[in-house]
Amino acid sequence: METLLDVRKLTKRFGGLTAVNDLSFSLRQGEVAALLGPNGSGKTTALNMISGFQPVSGGTVLLDGKRLTGRPAHWISHAGVARTFQLVRVLPSLNVEDNILAAVMFRKKPPAKETAKEEVQRLLEEVGLAGRSNENAASLTYIDQKRMELARALASQPKLLLLDEWLAGLNPSELSIGIGLISNLNEKGITILLVEHVMDAIRALCPRAVVMNAGRKIADGATAEVLRDPEVVRAYLGGAHAVA
Amino acid sequence: MITAFSFAALAAVFAALAAAPFFLGTYGIGFLLGLVGYVTLASAWALFSGPTRYVSLATVAFFGIGAYTVAVLYETLPSWLVLVVAALIGLFVALLVGLSTLRLAGVYFVIFTFGLAELIRQLVTWYEVNVTGTLGRYLFVDYGPEVVYWKLLALCAVTLAIGYFIKRSRWGLALKMIGDDEVVAEHCGLPTARVKLALFAASSVIITLVGAIQAPRWTYIEPTIVFNPTISFLTLIMALLGGAGRLWGPVVGAVPLFLLFEWLSANFPDHYSIILGLLFIAIVFVLPNGVLGFFEEHWNRLRARGSAGRTELSQDREAG
Ligand SMILES: Nc1ncnc2c1ncn2[C@@H]1O[C@H](COP(=O)(O)OP(=O)(O)OP(=O)(O)O)[C@@H](O)[C@H]1O
Ligand SMILES: [Mg+2]
Repeated sequence: METLLDVRKLTKRFGGLTAVNDLSFSLRQGEVAALLGPNGSGKTTALNMISGFQPVSGGTVLLDGKRLTGRPAHWISHAGVARTFQLVRVLPSLNVEDNILAAVMFRKKPPAKETAKEEVQRLLEEVGLAGRSNENAASLTYIDQKRMELARALASQPKLLLLDEWLAGLNPSELSIGIGLISNLNEKGITILLVEHVMDAIRALCPRAVVMNAGRKIADGATAEVLRDPEVVRAYLGGAHAVA
Repeated sequence: MITAFSFAALAAVFAALAAAPFFLGTYGIGFLLGLVGYVTLASAWALFSGPTRYVSLATVAFFGIGAYTVAVLYETLPSWLVLVVAALIGLFVALLVGLSTLRLAGVYFVIFTFGLAELIRQLVTWYEVNVTGTLGRYLFVDYGPEVVYWKLLALCAVTLAIGYFIKRSRWGLALKMIGDDEVVAEHCGLPTARVKLALFAASSVIITLVGAIQAPRWTYIEPTIVFNPTISFLTLIMALLGGAGRLWGPVVGAVPLFLLFEWLSANFPDHYSIILGLLFIAIVFVLPNGVLGFFEEHWNRLRARGSAGRTELSQDREAG
């Protein structure tokens, strides 16, 4: 299958700290992969550079062979990359419907307003927020805000979806719904890169995992094997998270 | 129905304002002219600063540029062409300033825009003294104050119409997105830098035109008059009083404050700026979202209280 995302020697320095160091990996079209690593290993920073939220210190990111690095975030969004944020970001003064409408109306090919509103309703249904259009985004619970953020990401019709600990904080029944949702999205053809600490979800969703430690890639391969890799185990035991 | 009615009412108000010079003396026309000028300034200011929440004190920089362009060119070019030239100069300066400063956040932007107005005033003063060899310029046009007033009224209508059409289109949503979270707006695919620049340019061109249209009113122009920072501050507090995020906010704020300032400057010319300062502080503390925001908030709270009462009732029923 074809390569969708190609990350080459990606590097990010914050003053003296190298948060992401020479990171290279690629994703095939239609793949779901996990990006793992202990706290502070640079996962979020890597997503930030791919989505254009933060400029890179070095390296390149290609999507479908097109160079994303150096482009502003809206351009990258139009190229087909959408994301959710580890700490949820909503448009607090807008209601739920307008939060999603925002992404529909400013994606690469926006539809007419009426069609857009119907589409928003479908998206809200998909993430479990049907009938909540008029609620204020800021007053939603944290979990509902996360759902809304996912709907917003989907509204831009991405080829590649970056999820930063989107499943964190869900209770067991919400978790299985969330896992089902993500695997549905993948079946529709969206390529997904999942930053996650919830091991059950990783095992259920991701045949492949890339593992980072202190900014560097330390493993890349089939999830089950990667999780047995002694270096990965050591990195996790050294960090705050134990591999269950 | 309601919109048709409001349009008719609005058209009637503008028609009455347009006819007013036939019934008023020179003082009345001058008064209305000042009023419409400030309504336009405040609305134009809010076009950019309302949604983006960038507080600009560059108002008088553009206003003065407009006035000076007219003072320099009015004898050589037809008056419509002078306005076009003024608008182009305003646009050029706005793009220059916008490209270099819209990355500045918060208080840096405020200080920069204030500095810009002062800088342009100093430059004009320096040029006039050292190159032209005069400080002021006389400006005698062959039309009366009512013509100035009509031009200004037309500009005011255009400004409000621009605000209205922006609000109705998807760009209205874009502005709310930028006001809420620029990072999210960018990730939704909105080119925030370009939108902000376009807004700043539109707002600045209108402000430049207000200065250009009003210039003949003074007959004598010098930098301290047309680059007077009080113009920036008045515009700002009028927009804030009414609510800069709403289409009618600046109008609601500009009318009573203009009346108040006219009265104050007539009756307390010495204490005028102190009272202005106090009022400024009071508005920022008491009405951070403006009068319209204040009413909207209270209205929402009342409604929320009503619906909260209802959900409590239904929960009681479920429990029982
Ligand atoms: N804006 C920033 N300025 C300075 N340092 C930063 C910044 N953002 C991240 N860092 C540092 O870079 C390193 C990597 O952070 P990052 O958030 O990418 O880790 P992470 O793998 O996502 O961790 P977690 O699992 O806790 O979310 C950390 O040491 C962090 O403190
Ligand atoms: Mg993180």
